[in-house]
Amino acid sequence: MTEHVEDVGILASCAGEVLAPQDAMLALENLTTHYGPVQALNDVSLAVGKGEIVTLIGANGAGKTTLLMSICGDPRPTSGRVWFEGEEITGTPTARVMRGGLSVVPEGRRIFTGMTVEENLAMGGYYQTREENERSIEHVLDLFPRLRERFNQRGGTMSGGEQQMLAIGRALMSRPRLLLLDEPSLGLAPIVIGQIFDIVEQLREQGTTIFLVEQNAHRALSIADRGYVLEHGHVVLADSGKALLANDDVRRAYLGG
Amino acid sequence: MEEILYFLQQVINGLTIGSTYALIAIGYTMVYGIIGMINFAHGEIYMIGTYVTFIVISALGMLGIANPFFLMGAALLVAVLVSCAYGFAVERVAYRPVRGSKRLIALISAIGMSIFLQNYMRLAQGSRDMAISSLIPGGWEFGIESFAVNLSYMQVIIFGVTLGCMLLLSTFISRSRLGRACRACSQDAGMARLLGINTDMIISMTFVIGAALAAVAGLLLGMYYGVVNPYIGFLAGLKAFTAAVLGGIGSIPGAMLGGLLLGVAEALTGGYLSTEYKDVVAFGLLILILLFRPSGILGKPEVEKI
Repeated sequence: MTEHVEDVGILASCAGEVLAPQDAMLALENLTTHYGPVQALNDVSLAVGKGEIVTLIGANGAGKTTLLMSICGDPRPTSGRVWFEGEEITGTPTARVMRGGLSVVPEGRRIFTGMTVEENLAMGGYYQTREENERSIEHVLDLFPRLRERFNQRGGTMSGGEQQMLAIGRALMSRPRLLLLDEPSLGLAPIVIGQIFDIVEQLREQGTTIFLVEQNAHRALSIADRGYVLEHGHVVLADSGKALLANDDVRRAYLGG
Repeated sequence: MEEILYFLQQVINGLTIGSTYALIAIGYTMVYGIIGMINFAHGEIYMIGTYVTFIVISALGMLGIANPFFLMGAALLVAVLVSCAYGFAVERVAYRPVRGSKRLIALISAIGMSIFLQNYMRLAQGSRDMAISSLIPGGWEFGIESFAVNLSYMQVIIFGVTLGCMLLLSTFISRSRLGRACRACSQDAGMARLLGINTDMIISMTFVIGAALAAVAGLLLGMYYGVVNPYIGFLAGLKAFTAAVLGGIGSIPGAMLGGLLLGVAEALTGGYLSTEYKDVVAFGLLILILLFRPSGILGKPEVEKI
């Protein structure tokens, strides 16, 4: 499965129509990113349509996290272009990108452990007015009733699952139109993983577009409209979630036979 | 009885100096907390604050204004504003361009800035000692016949102003929106940026707050000692740095505690041993804390961020 699939129809959605980068919610065009001298991404192109759940699967070290963070501008891609809602955001400073309607739940959650649940959430909606902020917090608490119980507790004292909910809740505070998720299932108990994926589907129903990076390929492909497979920093397969679940190569490499 | 009163006197003197150390130490600790570097030009900001106090009081005095509280208020306002401008500029000129490079480079830049400011002040104001006239003399005395404890009005003002600044800062950091962003940045600046927060602005603000507090300390100590020269920033800066490390660098309550402890330790050394040993004890303390508890009294052991 290491041979490159030529022209995987990167901008093709599953219905067969081709999306121009300007028409997609998110599009990466020939993106290459280096960490120092190490090339982490090699000529990656992909697209996420409005309202889709698109997943990116791949082994540890394939470059999934780098790809996700390159969208946020941290690290900055060496070459190639990133489009968000028809506008090019390549090279835009991270903070500015993140104010423009997309949010990220980064690898390792990175909640502010010394701050309470309330303060963590408030940071997610930093640029809102007080009323907007309160309304967003209420919205997140409705989504995660568990966070309501922990409202005044410090983030660092909560369980992994609760911290993951907090990280997602914080990302939702700014009412993003596109949510980037980096391995939300990592290190969580199966029952909690189930809850998290339920929430992701629920978010999509509410109109949020989802780009999901996962090692848990089975779960991810089950809820995804489409998926991309990343190997050694390169997209080697792109298809609908169902088709990838049934693909022999994918089954062998990522689904344990 | 006499011994107790004598001890009390030393503690009062120690807390006076200690509170100003604490004010300066907060600037070190906040900057360290947010960008992980020691701002060695911070003592110079304090020195500039003292000079501005001297200039404002002298100038207004020449205009015939004599109300000590008006003079002090005016000096405070101008000193804080001028120092804030310096604090902001120092970060912009000396630190922001080298942010992200090796720690040693930022350190050298900081020391360079410190030398520059010291010599710039020496050129502008001369290297002689300048006297700041004593605006608020007198005080209370209490005790027994053979020994009386002195508590000067100026000391009470120092406690009061310091306490006020600390309360203001604590409220700001724990309750306000900007204060919260400040804490978030010092915990994980990269994450704050991923939430859309302009971390450069937060860093600038940290420098400005530190400079404002250093200016307050400069005014208080300037009026307390009545002298200023271009070199006072060096020792005061080192002492406040020691206080910050003692309390746990990166921790604001730690800087407050460290400052007070250091002041009292110095005063007790002066009172029972000899004033000449004051600095020996202060920096001896720094060495001990670095050897046995590098994270300081209230600091958390450093965890390497991945």
